Amino acid sequence: MSEPIIRIRDLTRHYEMGTETVQALRGVSLDIGRNEYLAIMGPSGSGKSTMMNMIGCLDTPTGGEYWLNGQEVSQLSDDQLARVRNKEIGFVFQTFNLLPRATSLHNVELPLVYAGVSSRERRSRASAALGRVGLGNRMDHRPNELSGGQRQRVAIARALVNEPSILLADEPTGNLDSTTSEEIMQVFAELHRQGQTIIMVTHEADIAAHADRTVVLRDGKVETDRATHGVAA
Amino acid sequence: MPWLEAVRLALKTIRAQKLKSFFSLIGVLIGVTFLIAVVSIVTGMNNYMEDKFANALIGLNTFQLRQRPNFTSGNVTDDMWREWSRRPRISYDDAAYIKAHVKTPVVYANFCSDRATVNYNGKAAKDIELVGTEPTYFDIKNYKLTAGRPFAAQEMQLGLPVLVIGSEVAEKLLKGVDPIGKEVTMYGLPYRVIGVVERQGTLFGLSLDKFVIMPFTAPARRWICPINILDHLIIQASGPGTMTIAMGEVEASMRTRRHLKPGQENNFFLQTSEAALEGWEKISKILITALPLLVSISLIVGGIVIMNIMLMSVSERTREIGIRKALGARRRDVLAQFVVESATLSTVGAAMGIALGIALAFVVRAVTPLPAAVAPWSIVLGVVVGVLVGMVAGIYPANRAAKLDPIVALRAE
Ligand SMILES: Nc1ncnc2c1ncn2[C@@H]1O[C@H](COP(=O)(O)OP(=O)(O)OP(=O)(O)O)[C@@H](O)[C@H]1O
Ligand SMILES: [Mg+2]
Repeated sequence: MSEPIIRIRDLTRHYEMGTETVQALRGVSLDIGRNEYLAIMGPSGSGKSTMMNMIGCLDTPTGGEYWLNGQEVSQLSDDQLARVRNKEIGFVFQTFNLLPRATSLHNVELPLVYAGVSSRERRSRASAALGRVGLGNRMDHRPNELSGGQRQRVAIARALVNEPSILLADEPTGNLDSTTSEEIMQVFAELHRQGQTIIMVTHEADIAAHADRTVVLRDGKVETDRATHGVAA
Repeated sequence: MPWLEAVRLALKTIRAQKLKSFFSLIGVLIGVTFLIAVVSIVTGMNNYMEDKFANALIGLNTFQLRQRPNFTSGNVTDDMWREWSRRPRISYDDAAYIKAHVKTPVVYANFCSDRATVNYNGKAAKDIELVGTEPTYFDIKNYKLTAGRPFAAQEMQLGLPVLVIGSEVAEKLLKGVDPIGKEVTMYGLPYRVIGVVERQGTLFGLSLDKFVIMPFTAPARRWICPINILDHLIIQASGPGTMTIAMGEVEASMRTRRHLKPGQENNFFLQTSEAALEGWEKISKILITALPLLVSISLIVGGIVIMNIMLMSVSERTREIGIRKALGARRRDVLAQFVVESATLSTVGAAMGIALGIALAFVVRAVTPLPAAVAPWSIVLGVVVGVLVGMVAGIYPANRAAKLDPIVALRAE
């Protein structure tokens, strides 16, 4: 593995719940290389989403180190974190998280708005991204005029439009039927083939099987970390 | 985020929730409507009072030498009335004395008037202002004649019964005939019509064309200028500066003529159009002083309503805020989005208020004699006020939105 894009050491995250302290992550260490396709699995409550939020700079750790692209991000300010999210991270959520009143095109343009890209360039880059996920003909549709699979493709296009270092997907197929899930996995496989680093959380073994490495969390710790031979790759 | 983007977003949100947006901006709308309408009416009145009222009644750079004020503002006590009535009246001789002693070049016109009935061919025009004066009066009033001519100095010296009539009198008595040379009667005396004055319009809905003008020496003087007595002497200067000088000279000449000792009050009065405007100025000052209070109250209420609507909007759109933050929106981007949205909302309210205020001003102008005139500065102020109220009202809700934790926000619903 070349120099890792993500380097995590003894990462912890505690939540104070009144008098009780919930230890969502109890010291996770992990290296993720460029162009890796990683699946994170584990039972409910094991800390998968917490882990993804850390990696995606939506949340800051209680302890430990997190290096992204050679930069220690756990100490960054709010605005710096926003900038990292904008430039380095592409999110895909289980519930799509599209703006309901905006068209596909506008949804995909959003990260570019915050990157300060001119509106002309935004349009062309957003429509190119929609083309990449096979939705070139759905640019003016609103989320409620699209199927679940199509909504998730819009979300993927939005995650890709800023050419992020890593694509993060927290249960991207959790709300989709198996046929549609398979289609989304084909999109991921294609992106991975083009060199995209992907980190994906899933409950389903056959979804995780698309990745070439699987990390299993249990009680906020890494239980197993092994290579899988990505079936699609 | 570029602010134009934020405005576009705000307009979209407003359009998506028309009714709610309308109710939220109604306070600002009312405030700005008030502002525009009241300012329009007051400035309209000001223009009117200064241009038309003062000039129609007294004339430009003109003052009157009178026994007592004819436009009184404020309280006139019984004592003042008694003192005014005891004063000597202005006589022909007073006028002649002034004309002989004042050095500043000014134009004079002796003036007396009364209400009279003018008859022609069995028809009667009642309640006509009969003016007895000198030929200079036509210049002072800037009267243009549509037919005939004014009377000449010679006709005045001879006291000939000639008459220049107002356009409404001509309409009433001499419609369809050439008025020049026709013989009308007043007080049973025959008068020959020699001129018709161009239409002057109305003042507060009253006609300014119901008059006839004769030499003050003409036969009917018995009724309007009783032996040797004038209503007043009109004095017109060439400009505001000469008018002040002329007023000083007239005052000094009158004091000398009436043997007033230093310290003794004038027993005559110099009436200017400013004095006539005094009463109106008092009213307009009250209106303009009360206005900010009225406007502020509705703007504060409007601001509070907008703030609450924005707080509601922030909590309804928590998820959206989370999404935006996840995609890279900084605190200041979210802050700007909501402040701009609030300001846009409020400015839309202000714009509607401006439109409504102008409409109101026009309605007032159409259905009342009050001449409303929209003041451009009030429109600018309306817009500025709209933007400011929205920004101030938006800061607290926007700050709440900006401080939301992205994960908490994303989990909302
Ligand atoms: N904001 C929070 N406040 C308190 N506790 C939290 C919070 N977020 C997560 N936790 C706790 O941390 C632990 C890990 O949660 P996390 O969401 O990471 O689990 P997960 O592996 O993603 O589960 P799932 O598969 O159900 O999505 C859980 O016990 C959860 O209750
Ligand atoms: Mg989870």
